Amino acid sequence: MSEVIVITSGKGGVGKTTTTANVGTGLAMLNKKVVMIDTDIGLRNLDVVLGLENRIVYNLVDVVEGKCRLKQALIKHKKYPELCLLPSAQTRDKDAVTPEQMIALVEELKQDFDYILLDCPAGIEQGFKNAIAGADRALVVTTPEVSAIRDADRIVGLLEANEMKQIDLVINRIRMDMVKRGDMLKVEDVCDILSINLIGVGPDDEQIVVSTNQGEPLVGTNCMAGEAYLNICKRVMGEQVPFMDLDAKNGVLSALLKIFKK
Amino acid sequence: MKVLDFFRKKGSGEVAKDRLKLLLVSDRANCSPEMMEMIKNDIIAVISKYMDIDAQGLDVQITETESDDSNSAVPVLFANIPIKDMKHKPTR
Repeated sequence: MSEVIVITSGKGGVGKTTTTANVGTGLAMLNKKVVMIDTDIGLRNLDVVLGLENRIVYNLVDVVEGKCRLKQALIKHKKYPELCLLPSAQTRDKDAVTPEQMIALVEELKQDFDYILLDCPAGIEQGFKNAIAGADRALVVTTPEVSAIRDADRIVGLLEANEMKQIDLVINRIRMDMVKRGDMLKVEDVCDILSINLIGVGPDDEQIVVSTNQGEPLVGTNCMAGEAYLNICKRVMGEQVPFMDLDAKNGVLSALLKIFKK
Repeated sequence: MKVLDFFRKKGSGEVAKDRLKLLLVSDRANCSPEMMEMIKNDIIAVISKYMDIDAQGLDVQITETESDDSNSAVPVLFANIPIKDMKHKPTR
């Protein structure tokens, strides 16, 4: 039984595309057949985050308009042959595709894939409506900032109004040093405010920038964000994984400081 | 809790939490302006059957109040309806 998951946030720049790339790659590492669809028509980015930007021939709009077959537009990942990308069109508008066409497209992909991930554009307009149309469940990405949380709450409301079956929360860019100082919302606070199920917490890790620069998702690598993303993948698959201690990496000095502060 | 915390004012994280909690109550409860207008007109129509009210001075909004049985805030419909004249004989 395949699952269709939309990754959405309302606010831009909180890490939707990064989350899609890493969760998609991670699920493929866990031997699942995965296709990622970039639904951000006009501002495509998932291809470049995945390092597949030079291999695009056809795109989402070409498929919907019947200019090519679906299989022709799918780009296979270099490392994982079971991981595919359906890129977005760069020179078209959001209304080049309708929600009905998205539902039909997703239905067709369900035959060949275990997971279909939809990378949603920012905002709540046509692009958002297209992205959520065919989805069974949603990952709402937010950061511990008032603007991102407010938008996430609005998105949750809209998803509920559209009868989304399951909605889970990913909190990105947590900085434990700031949380400890009392200058950043805690994970528990964000969960309390939004009152939806937490599925992942991502640290504000410099490695994310490095991996995006290289076009290689860092999921599964030996760094905090890499572990955090792999944990999200396992939880998406239904596994119970305890939340990691984001504070654990500190060295001797901070360990000593901690003792004195207590 | 650290000893230092007693001497420090509320952290900005705490401020953000309080602001968000308030903000989301009004965000969530907020219905469209058209709907608020419809509610307002219906209230005017109903109350006018029994008393003479100042339709211009009518104020209807959704805010929040402390719930009686829990510590959490709940949304309330607040209506301030100035009465011009009580009709002693109801119209029925």
